[in-house]
Amino acid sequence: MALDITWTKAWIARSADVISEHRTDLTTLDRAIGDGDHGENMDRGFSAVATKLADLSADATPGDALKMVATTLISTVGGASGPLFGTAYLKAAGAVAGHEELDGADLVAMLTAARDGIVLRGKAEPGDKTMIDAWTPAVEAAATALAAGKDEVAILVAAAEAAEAGSAATDPLVARKGRASYLGERAIGHRDPGSVSSALLLRAAVDATTD
Amino acid sequence: MKKLINDPKNVVEEAVTGFAVAHADLVTASFDPIFVVRADAPVAGKVALISGGGSGHEPLHAGFVGFGMLDAAVPGAVFTSPTPDPILAATLAINSGAGVLQIVKNYTGDVLNFETAAELAEAEGVTVRTVIVDDDVAVKDSLYTAGRRGVAGTVLVEKIAGAAAQRGDDLEAVAAIATRVNAQTRSMGVALTPCVVPHAGEPSFTLADDEIEIGIGIHGEPGRERIQLEPADQIVDRLLAPILEDLPFASGDRVLLFVNGMGGTPQVELYIVYRRAAELLAANGIEVGVSLVGNFVTSLEMQGASITVLKLDPELEELWNAPVQTAALRWGR
Repeated sequence: MALDITWTKAWIARSADVISEHRTDLTTLDRAIGDGDHGENMDRGFSAVATKLADLSADATPGDALKMVATTLISTVGGASGPLFGTAYLKAAGAVAGHEELDGADLVAMLTAARDGIVLRGKAEPGDKTMIDAWTPAVEAAATALAAGKDEVAILVAAAEAAEAGSAATDPLVARKGRASYLGERAIGHRDPGSVSSALLLRAAVDATTD
Repeated sequence: MKKLINDPKNVVEEAVTGFAVAHADLVTASFDPIFVVRADAPVAGKVALISGGGSGHEPLHAGFVGFGMLDAAVPGAVFTSPTPDPILAATLAINSGAGVLQIVKNYTGDVLNFETAAELAEAEGVTVRTVIVDDDVAVKDSLYTAGRRGVAGTVLVEKIAGAAAQRGDDLEAVAAIATRVNAQTRSMGVALTPCVVPHAGEPSFTLADDEIEIGIGIHGEPGRERIQLEPADQIVDRLLAPILEDLPFASGDRVLLFVNGMGGTPQVELYIVYRRAAELLAANGIEVGVSLVGNFVTSLEMQGASITVLKLDPELEELWNAPVQTAALRWGR
């Protein structure tokens, strides 16, 4: 399918669904090494996003839809996740502004801008046991897939798989940013909740291609 | 877990409603978005002070809104930073043109949301300065952590900077006073029990009956180590030693000693803690000039306490003793 506004809206709707489904899991992960509110906060934000989907104008572009997600998350999520995910979507929107249909290069530019936005706000680096550990492998896998001449869906699949693997790879890490950093070695063995929600959102982008 | 609440979704709004009605002489609350300001805001010609953070730490911050302290408090969801929208709205409501000082506890969410709100306020022509409070010695301040947390010392920063603003200091001077208080303040806490976030319905962490967590933050997030329960005096020794070493405090210093309850510890135990802390300071040749004992920066119903020591100088002491009229601190007026 073409990665146009229909796909973007399907991605956003699926994102809201998947965050709602995993609300308790995300909160449980956060309770182990954070403050136990990640699922609740993300669900509050994406519920508001889902409500606003219907308000998008008929001629909205994918960038417009992503910008709506950004401003809504910044206004409703709170905590660290609000500004971080909000900035990610804002930068992603900027990277594809005006494009009615996204090609492989657009997808890589969008993912790269999102990741760079999170790094700019949160100042985390790969290996700090944060959502960056899902986003950076996703960006790299998407770029590799693009360079190998893969199609758009394959690029999204590569990004989602790399994000999932990157998230799982946070288990043995000591956290160096966010609340989990206070735990020192006690964070070892726990998965970073922000990396899990990031991987869920990237998987939703894949699933939306079959909607 | 039993709680005296209605729908967990309405906890913050209902609490702020009650607070605003109870203290209508001091504050006015707004609800869309939620924030609390001084009843007489904006105060002409005065630098305005704003703070905020997740709910569940009451009386922090709304309990400190009023004459001589904060102009606005922005409560987020329980244990979750407020978003930039209410911070911006409150900033605009209190700005008299003399500028706004943000007092922000060093937690990633609070810092990011206040930073975003400051950018938005600056875009609307408000001059904003920010002081980050990071008084907690339990966390190593290094490249490998999010840095020290802002805990009970926040009250001292808000009171003393608030007094500086009330006497007419300009924005840079108030920010400098707040920075100085933070630089001279050290805190450390202990948890005896976990706390339960209303919408989560179960404890944020678990502690066995005979276990305590040393170096706890104000959300129940863990600190330095988990040990077997000990008599109060030994626990106080464990909290105070790293505080004194860190600044370091020295013989001949005059200090403010603040024993803070985490919400579920009775006053009778807080004074046992205070007694030992005061003895230890005296043994180290440190004079307690001012004392504060009570539940001021809480963690819902958590049992536990924190100790905060501020190295005083004559100006800071005078500002601490200056009149204040808020729901939670009131003297001289």
